[in-house]
Amino acid sequence: MSHRVPEDAARRSRRHLDAQAIDKLTAHRGKATWGEKLVPLDEFRDAALQYGRSLDEAERKGAVSRYLSTASDGIEVEGPYQRIAVFGGIYNNSYGLEAVLEDAQRRGAEAVYCLGDFGGFGPNPEKIWPLLEQGEIGCIQGNYEQSLSSGAVDCNCGYADPRDNHFAAISYRYTAKNASEAFKRWMGGHPLRRRVRVGEKELLLVHGSPRRINEFLFASQTPTAYLEVLLDQEGADAVLCTHTGLQWHRRLPSGRDVVNVGVIGRPANDGQTHVWYSMLHAGSEGDLQVELLPLPYDHESLAADMRREDLPEEFVQTILTGWWTTCLEILPARERAASRF
Amino acid sequence: MSLLTPAVDRPSRTRRAVPRVELRSLDTLWFQVAGTVCNLACSHCFISCSPTNRTHEFLSLETVKQHLDEATRLGVKEYYFTGGEPFLHPDMEAILEATLEVGPATVLTNGLLLDPQRCARLAAMAERSEYSFDLRLSMDGYDAATNDPIRGTGTFERIMEGARNAHAAGVNPVLTVTEVHSENSTPAGRDRFFDLLRELGIEHPRLKILPVFQLGAQAERRGAYESWQRLAAGDVDDGSWEHLQCSSCRMVTDQGVWVCPILVNEPEGRMGETLADTLDSFPLGHPACWTCHVHGVSCKT
Ligand code: SF4
Ligand code: SF4
Repeated sequence: MSHRVPEDAARRSRRHLDAQAIDKLTAHRGKATWGEKLVPLDEFRDAALQYGRSLDEAERKGAVSRYLSTASDGIEVEGPYQRIAVFGGIYNNSYGLEAVLEDAQRRGAEAVYCLGDFGGFGPNPEKIWPLLEQGEIGCIQGNYEQSLSSGAVDCNCGYADPRDNHFAAISYRYTAKNASEAFKRWMGGHPLRRRVRVGEKELLLVHGSPRRINEFLFASQTPTAYLEVLLDQEGADAVLCTHTGLQWHRRLPSGRDVVNVGVIGRPANDGQTHVWYSMLHAGSEGDLQVELLPLPYDHESLAADMRREDLPEEFVQTILTGWWTTCLEILPARERAASRF
Repeated sequence: MSLLTPAVDRPSRTRRAVPRVELRSLDTLWFQVAGTVCNLACSHCFISCSPTNRTHEFLSLETVKQHLDEATRLGVKEYYFTGGEPFLHPDMEAILEATLEVGPATVLTNGLLLDPQRCARLAAMAERSEYSFDLRLSMDGYDAATNDPIRGTGTFERIMEGARNAHAAGVNPVLTVTEVHSENSTPAGRDRFFDLLRELGIEHPRLKILPVFQLGAQAERRGAYESWQRLAAGDVDDGSWEHLQCSSCRMVTDQGVWVCPILVNEPEGRMGETLADTLDSFPLGHPACWTCHVHGVSCKT
């Protein structure tokens, strides 16, 4: 390979430098920087070769297959069904929950599942509880249920930026204060994953990802090869998840499916006020059919309730405009570029 | 801190075993794509990069592709490129093109080589990929008076120029700032960096703050670690190392595969030749591990 480029760059910039700076730029010639010591190049490289291991081919295969294997979760498979409805992220939106139950029934879903994150963002957390129970919804815990039922100090959403965490903390404090202890206990009683048969396919239902409850699977940040590995490890024909708030579906080269089912608690940052959920049904060829469905609901009543509860106006604007105003820093570049704020 | 603490602590620390971190899952793969070769020689660079530092050399396109192949079989989620200065590499754009076919990619750059043409090509490449592409742009002070003594005379203006060019092409860079000045990470300090980006017309400014490691050039400047700054077994509940990036990352250099982006100038950081060699645990015996633990550092965005 040519090493001309950096040397040229150095030579070019040297014209503007004093003698001391030139010393600094050339100090490393023929040397390696071992921590803060300067040593002959070979000394460093030889020392490095003493560390680490160099497995033979058979050992490498063994190491990789050990890494890729996972113990079976041994949970009972529910179903079989021909058609199920799945959603996540209620975020206290009882209007959205009513709408999804009605829509799913109208479309002939035999079972309805919720992938967690009951609370946060919206008003009056207790209102969704009777709806969830009466609807006989198969729930799993999200990070919200885990945190609320264990009395944790935060939602463990997994944000990294202080701007995201600021609003996440407001949501969590509100929900933690306004949900009854009995409801919180009930939240903690749900499993962390479920397996459901639809036609011939076995679907694994999780909150964030099969690996971590608060892992964000955004479309532009989730490699197809990674998903194939996950499905191999889990022995499933499809993985259904939520947590990000943005729905997507990918049919993998292996023919298996990954569906981020969307959330019914707030719109998908696309300037539309509706929310999204997913319908999965058995195709006539034994395949899995996946539909991502937009769901209009009474968002104006939701916004009015939020104002009555003094929730941040930023949240209300999201409900009324369809654009996210908070928790934006976690978005990958692609999804961020598509947002208004 | 109580004056008594180190005295009580030190002997017992040296006796206790070094804790080991398991690889929970290999999510993030780093490439030391430009080795330790840089067109700057910043006074806080923890791996002392410079135009003549060849401790690690450039990675060839071929080597990158081999590791990408292995990485896709292991289900790696994201790829990061650093150096030195990655855009000194003559094949950098071909490397990114190959990477963006299999997953999201981020380049850590000092911004000096972000001319309008390159930014336009990068933006077009990002557009073609189904995965996200990010640029991380390093800066160490919000004006020339605070930045240039660290990064070099005239660099503040050139970094701003790089940010302007990236933004004009449609790439929103993540400004990456170290705590080399302690005020950089305060709310007021952060606001000043946000304002800088807004002045360039960037509506959604993005910022990443990193601590400094007392290694390399920074150690020459401010002194190395003290002997008590080391992790010992029992510092963290067993197995609870998820906050350390080495529980989910590895780093490829031309000298092999290393545990993380931080220890590449420490021979003990090397773990093997291929990713398969490095799927076991790593002993957290280096003082930099103490910084990671105390600050909860992650080099990824
Ligand atoms: S800190 Fe970055 S830009 Fe500065 S010398 Fe090191 S690698 Fe180069
Ligand atoms: S320096 Fe940090 S990331 Fe690297 S091995 Fe030590 S703790 Fe892990």
